[in-house]
Order: sequence, then structure tokens, then C-alpha cells
Amino acid sequence: MSRVLVGVKRVIDYAVKIRVKPDHSGVVTDGVKHSMNPFCEIAVEEAVKLKEKKLIKEVVAVSCGPTQVTETIRTALAMGCDRGIHVEVSGKDYEAMGPLQISKIFAALAKKEEASLIILGKQAIDDDCNQTGQMTAALLDWPQGTFASEVTIDGEKVKVVREIDGGLETIKISMPAVLTADLRLNTPRYATLPNIMKAKKKKIANMKPADLGVDMVSRVEVLRVDEPPTRLAGVKVETVDDLVAKLRANGTI
Amino acid sequence: MFTAINRRSLQQFLLPFQIRFQSTLVRAEHHNNQLTPIAITAASKVGGEITCLEAGTNCAMVADQISKVQGVKKILVAQHDCYKGLLPGDFWKDESPFILGWDIFKQFNFTHFCAGASAFGKNLLPRLSAKLDVATLSDITEVKSQDTFVRTIYAGNALATVKCNEKVKVFTVRGTSFELAAVAGGRAATEQVASPSPVGMSEWLEQSLTKSYRPELTSAKVVVSGGRGLKSGENFKLLYDLTDKMGAAVGDTRAAVDAGYVPNDMQVGQTGKIVAPVKNPFAIMLAQLKTVVLIKEAIKLAFFRLVEYLEHQH
Repeated sequence: MSRVLVGVKRVIDYAVKIRVKPDHSGVVTDGVKHSMNPFCEIAVEEAVKLKEKKLIKEVVAVSCGPTQVTETIRTALAMGCDRGIHVEVSGKDYEAMGPLQISKIFAALAKKEEASLIILGKQAIDDDCNQTGQMTAALLDWPQGTFASEVTIDGEKVKVVREIDGGLETIKISMPAVLTADLRLNTPRYATLPNIMKAKKKKIANMKPADLGVDMVSRVEVLRVDEPPTRLAGVKVETVDDLVAKLRANGTI
Repeated sequence: MFTAINRRSLQQFLLPFQIRFQSTLVRAEHHNNQLTPIAITAASKVGGEITCLEAGTNCAMVADQISKVQGVKKILVAQHDCYKGLLPGDFWKDESPFILGWDIFKQFNFTHFCAGASAFGKNLLPRLSAKLDVATLSDITEVKSQDTFVRTIYAGNALATVKCNEKVKVFTVRGTSFELAAVAGGRAATEQVASPSPVGMSEWLEQSLTKSYRPELTSAKVVVSGGRGLKSGENFKLLYDLTDKMGAAVGDTRAAVDAGYVPNDMQVGQTGKIVAPVKNPFAIMLAQLKTVVLIKEAIKLAFFRLVEYLEHQH
């Protein structure tokens, strides 16, 4: 019986229209609605389902960031995780934090907690990196099942159906392993009110990266953030013949 | 006396000052044995020497194509059964390509390592960069200099210009952001490299691919994307007829995939293949493609007539 670590990231809510700061130093986050990264929700759901099938014993939700991320951990607990770990990172370290630093934290936690599986979302909808799972697997020398659309535990192995260019691929990897959840893996449950109340009693441990021996230094700097180039105004055409004529004139066809 | 200083001799002069000459390792993309050299274009913008790495069970044809690409100096070929999969080089049986990349890195002195932002590239490169203790820059759309790159964030709603101060820069390249490198004029030397023995942590079982003779989505010049407004899988046939005439690739929104009209590998958008960022599932807003045509009303009629029209013209 085993323990699963699930990573959850607090990001700007997917429905919010983001704005670039006037000084181009980043995106406006103050006063903006945040929630759990959708791919992380899918990861949590998968872990909780494995526990409900009695294939794993305990699910631990982990998040790295300032105090506000505990809200995200509470949501994971309300969805069915057993306990949480809040790795405190704030200020400049938090702004510069990227997949490399996070993966070091997860690798250290996996060893400390003796986890047999780490399930992460495929990517975060803010930085769109799609790296943390792969990096964590490398640091632990564990196999990786990325972009998973179906996960089946088969004894000491995991069968993973992956979404790849051109279709689907099935691989079988030995545990311990890292999985990253793709969109079609499952449909995450809503946390019900009774579960939200129960979650308040579940424990969230606090620690710092230094406690895990992790150096948060980042050697990547964001020089500026810009809006994407605005598209020229559109032209409305009435008939298909007009459309073809315009495309011809444009050199497109 | 004045001597012409070329890059090589300048480098030798500056060596004591520890300036490294750019040397990039590229894992070149190919689709159905057709080379789509986009990562090579990005590498050439970094400057310096380009070496391609090709691993597979039967590399001869692809290696031959790569050798003709302008700017490629050398190809390292690792041919071995341990890379078995349906398509050469793209799918693996275990961690071998990763271990191979690691061995190559220890052996040569690359300053940059890139690959296309395909499922393979995205799966492999971050793993390698974590072992090297460096960051990966995913899905770059522009190379500003050997250490500065542009990439999109928030599903393409913002652009970040990023400077990478790592000793080795690892990045994946967005297919639609760079021109395909010319497959002519190059004369690269090929070198065989030893393949590592399989570790046995992962086993490749099978693949189910949708075979297509159409251009590959992420490097196509024209993409025609249909959404749930097409209302059925049969209506998608109209899309196929149109794109056949145009030589375009077919894409679709997540809504259409989920509704079962089309297979998942044709999905475009943030969570599908990134062709160009898509926000509105009902309109087609492909910010980085050159022309966008939105067809809202009477889709069926419009496509049908357009196909008819194009048939008439050719």
C-alpha cells in the first residue's frame, strides 16, 4: 500500500482576462481571482480515485508559495486528500520560482515521505511550461508517464495511455513513478459542503525549501512582458466569391 | 598588416577570456519520414555550430535528409533496436533516448540544446535539463540572441521576453513560429554513436495513430479549424474536402473533440497542439498565422460552395 504526492498550484482563474502591467514587468495579479490550476484538479481527482479504489493508502497535497496557497491546499483536502504540505516561498523567490526549483522540492519531499507515486498536472495555465513532472522524474531517476489520459495500476507497474502527436500511446512503467495529468484523464469532482467542513480539520504541515535542502536560486530572468501584437481590423465579406477574391488578392490562395 | 578576422580566429583569440563559441545540439523533427526542420532554424538564429542528434531503429533516410539542411555541421546517429516504436526516433521503449542525450552531453561541449515542442521534445528535454541542473524554456517563438528568447504565457495572452543565464540553454521550439530550414546546400558529416543499454523502467506497448497524408498540424502553412458549429463528424468531411483542395492541415477545437466529431490529435488550442493560441472556441483566432478567416453563418453552405468554386478553378 502506498502514498501519493499530488502537486497543486495556485494560478489566476482560467476565466479571468489577464492584463499586462503598464511597466511591462509582469501580469497584474493583485485583486485578481485565483484558483487551483485546472490540470492540478485533474491530478487530485485521479489520486483520490485511486485511493477510493483502495489501490493507494494516502494522498498528500503539496503546494509551494506564500500564505495564500493554503486555500488551494484546503480545496485539495476538500476533494479528498488526506493531509497537506505547504512549502513556504514568498517575495522574490516566489516570483522567480520555476519548474526546476519546484521539481527539486518535490523530489526531496518524495524521498522524505517515501511516496510511490507523484501525480502532477501536465502544465500550469499561467506559465504554460509543461516541465515539472519530467524534471521531478529526472531528479529521482523514476520513470515518467506524461500527458496521461488513462492510468491503470497493475501490481507494481502502472499502465499509462498518453496523448501524443498523432494519437495515443500506451506504456507500462514501474513504480515509483511520476505521472502528469492531461485534460481527458478525468472530470474533477466539486468539493461538497460537508467535505469542505471536514477539510478544515485535516492537517497542513509547514516547511521551507531550506528544510528540504533545496536552493531556490533561479538563473532565468523575465526581462519584460508584452501584450501579443494586435491583429489588424477584420474585413467582412458577404459572399463566398468575395472571400475567394480577397484571399486571392491577399496572396493566401 | 591587417588580417581578416573570421569567427573562428576571433574565438581562438578570445579563448583565454573564456568566451564560449555557440554549439547547439538539435533533435530534428520528422513526420512520416519527412523532415520538418524547424528546431534547426531556431538553432541557426542562436548562431554557431549545429549538430543534430538522431536516434531510432532505422535512421538512414532521415539522417540523409538532415545532412542536406543548410547550417548543420554534423549528425550524431544512434541506431539500435532499443528505440523501437512505429515511427523511427519518435517513440521509445524505455529511457534510452534520455540516457543517450545525457551521454552525448557529457562527451561534447554543447552550449545549447533544442528540439521542436512536440510530444517527444516536451517529454524529453525538461528531463535532460533537470539532470544538467538547468532550466528549460518551453515553446519559444523567437530567438533574440544566444541567451534571450520570447515565449508565450497565459495561453498566448501575453508574451514574455526571457533571459537565460544557465551554462547550457535548453529550449523547445514552437513549430509555427519559424520557417522550415532549407533542405538543400548542406553537407553534414555523420558520426555513429553508441547506444546505451536499456534500463527497463519503462516499456512501450502500443500506439494508435490516425494516419494522415495531410500536412502535420504544427508546421502547416494553412490550418482550417472546425468547431462544434459543424455539428457532426459528417460535416467535418466538408472541412477535409476544402483542405485537400488547399493543401492545408485540419484542426478542431476541444469542444468538437469532446463531442466525438474528430480524434484528439487534431485538437488545437492551449491544451491541444499549440498551433497558435486559441481563446474563443467558436471563432478562430490564430494570432500568429498570417490570415484568419472566420465563417459564422451557414457554415455548411459556405464550405460546400468554396469547395465547388475551387474545384471549378483547378
